[in-house]
Amino acid sequence: MEMLHADGIRKTFGNLEVLRGVSLTANKGDVISLIGGSGSGKSTFLRCLNCLEHPTGGEIRVDGDAIAFRPDGHGNMEPASKTQMRRIRARLAMVFQSFNLWSHMTLLENVIEAPVHVLGVDRKQAVDEGLRLLQRVGLYDKRNTYPAFLSGGQQQRGAIARALAVQPLAMLFDEPTSALDPELVGEVLKVIRELAEEGRTMILVTHEMSFARDVSNQVLFLHGGLVEDAGPPAEVFGNPKSERLARFLGSFH
Amino acid sequence: MSSPLEAPARARRRWLDAGTLTPVIAALLFGAYAALQMRWDWLGNYYPLLLRGLGMTVLLVIVTSSLGMLLAIPIGLVQVVGPKWLALPARAFCTVIRGTPLLLQLWLLYYGLGSLFPQFPWIRDSALWPILRQAWPYAFVGLTLSYAAYEGEVFRGAFKGVPKGQLDAARAYGMSGLLTFRRIWLPQAFKRAMPTLAGETILQLKATPLVATITVIDVYSVAAQVRQQTYLTYEPLLLISAIYILMAVAITKVFARLSGQGQDNTAFRKS
Ligand SMILES: Nc1ncnc2c1ncn2[C@@H]1O[C@H](COP(=O)(O)OP(=O)(O)OP(=O)(O)O)[C@@H](O)[C@H]1O
Ligand SMILES: [Mg+2]
Repeated sequence: MEMLHADGIRKTFGNLEVLRGVSLTANKGDVISLIGGSGSGKSTFLRCLNCLEHPTGGEIRVDGDAIAFRPDGHGNMEPASKTQMRRIRARLAMVFQSFNLWSHMTLLENVIEAPVHVLGVDRKQAVDEGLRLLQRVGLYDKRNTYPAFLSGGQQQRGAIARALAVQPLAMLFDEPTSALDPELVGEVLKVIRELAEEGRTMILVTHEMSFARDVSNQVLFLHGGLVEDAGPPAEVFGNPKSERLARFLGSFH
Repeated sequence: MSSPLEAPARARRRWLDAGTLTPVIAALLFGAYAALQMRWDWLGNYYPLLLRGLGMTVLLVIVTSSLGMLLAIPIGLVQVVGPKWLALPARAFCTVIRGTPLLLQLWLLYYGLGSLFPQFPWIRDSALWPILRQAWPYAFVGLTLSYAAYEGEVFRGAFKGVPKGQLDAARAYGMSGLLTFRRIWLPQAFKRAMPTLAGETILQLKATPLVATITVIDVYSVAAQVRQQTYLTYEPLLLISAIYILMAVAITKVFARLSGQGQDNTAFRKS
């Protein structure tokens, strides 16, 4: 079943053409890794999927719901209906490289914020669910702690709990471990791996090649604003078709 | 070296060290001197007036800081998010008010604007005229505008300082612009502004004596009156100095309380 479909996404910043037509289809349970060099547009593509960046062109469908666009007056497209956009965003949970937990709220408050104030879930119920999720990512003890008092790994696990709290149709991860000290990467990858194994639909931008190879069933290599190579991880990593991909992968050894 | 058991003893010794002791002793000695050697008999006659002046000062600080802050939030915000036709006037307002003496502003309002009003019959005949004829509205307006301009600048910085990632996260989870503002942006800007606001509000307190120059009776003007009528110079001034210090301490406490809220680790006990 198709959860997320993006077709021919283009994005330019001024004169800089960052995306020149990138497409992707995620069916339920798919884990798709986006890899590529720095500046190849991975984050931009991810941020186009939930319209944090206005795409210049292309189509996006989430759970059969095609986002209606209109020109935004700066050469890009903006969502025509804010209601539709908010509905879709609320179910496309994003996990950021720099965590972006709301710093004036405790961990639990972070987790229940969107369910209560965006989705209209009853507060009591949201708290119960939030505590369950914090338990799951191993942060129950930290539920009343502010983000500033948590390690990077704890913050990112908290951010993942926040993402799970909206019962996402698909989860968007933008380099979730890049800002972490090496010894904290493992605890976050472990949580993401469990999510992959339980059949969550995920789009994962990452520089952790062996992890991408392990958890994903599809890998996209972005270069020059296009998908240069794509396929199952065994193929993409084991037998790269493009010269550039081979060189890119070589740089990790 | 030191076991935890020694801690209270050390704390007691610290309390007794020269740094704390000197001002305490000085204050006690000075208090004794003031009580015994200075004249306080005038207090009997003047305390109703003093209380009235004190009330005005307290009211001025609370009302003008509160209203000023309400104005400062949009003034700061439009300078960060626009639109331009609001950002420019807001910017100009801050520049002009911050660039001119408050005394001048009060005089322009009271002696300038206040003397223009009676020339318009529709103002003179309006229900507001009995109020506009008095001095205190001009004091309140002047101090409010002044606070709004300084704090508008503080809020501009505070809004700008909230990391973009926090707002991205709000948008990514489907919050509307208004909800993002109410739940994320404003609370964080407030937290950033709080330490500065405490200091600015104390400055606001210390600016209130200027209203005496437009005939408003605040606590300072009462002291001045006592001085004129009793020829006592130091007593009334010392008394209101003590009053201002107490009020400044109270303001500090209130703001410490307010900004403490976000830090309390047990704030979410309900769960
Ligand atoms: N808001 C923006 N305005 C202008 N240029 C931008 C903006 N965001 C990204 N870019 C540019 O778009 C290009 C792609 O950026 P993007 O962040 O998507 O790359 P990336 O693949 O995620 O790289 P990295 O691996 O370093 O995170 C870069 O050249 C970047 O400078
Ligand atoms: Mg990136």
